[in-house]
Amino acid sequence: MIIKIGFGFITVGLIFDLLGCLGLVRLPDVYNRLQAATKCVTLGTCSIMFGTFLVLGFNTAGMRALLCMLLLILTSPVSAHVLARASHKSGVKLWGSSVCDKYAEDKKAQSEDK
Amino acid sequence: MKNMRLRISWGIGLIFIALVLWFIISESLPILFYPNLPYFSFFKFSFWVLALGCVLSIYRVCKGPTASDRIVAVDILGILIIGFCACLSIPTGRTWYLNVSIAWVVQSFVSTLALAKYLENKDFDE
Repeated sequence: MIIKIGFGFITVGLIFDLLGCLGLVRLPDVYNRLQAATKCVTLGTCSIMFGTFLVLGFNTAGMRALLCMLLLILTSPVSAHVLARASHKSGVKLWGSSVCDKYAEDKKAQSEDK
Repeated sequence: MKNMRLRISWGIGLIFIALVLWFIISESLPILFYPNLPYFSFFKFSFWVLALGCVLSIYRVCKGPTASDRIVAVDILGILIIGFCACLSIPTGRTWYLNVSIAWVVQSFVSTLALAKYLENKDFDE
């Protein structure tokens, strides 16, 4: 029974991975692509890891899968944030129909204060 | 004339990439042709789904207009390969694939940080 629940988790993770890669191809902007791809693929791979843990059970291999899930949850949002900040600083334009850009307003206000 | 030469070089590159992918699938992953393993059909399904995701992200690496697009796509490709290692460890019973995935998480994080620093035009020893 618990093996079937694990395979269900892995299937959900595979669907999330595929939708994230579709967003990576279809969306119009760097920031949109980063948002879609990073959220979907991180959640999907964490779900695959949790399913692997449920299938393998409480032994060293399952604990390794759980540790890998923990590392992925910790590192992937940090790298996404760093990439968004670096691409904004290096001058990548937003999409034409974008509405709000808080980071540029903050930088403008800071330069006016100085 | 120049456009024609560019097209020929892209075509040769695509043929080379297809040959390498076929070699990887048929030679170094012989598990695809052993249907007696446990959970084999589920493994085959997961393999093809993740291969489709990898092809989509490689398309973004080839086409992306700016450098940050390519860095994002390479990061996503690394995370997909981590998931593939975890899927591969179930039917074979070789649990050292999970060691590979843990090492790949850390390596992908560090390489993304270094590339972001390069994108901001900073020095590396800052």
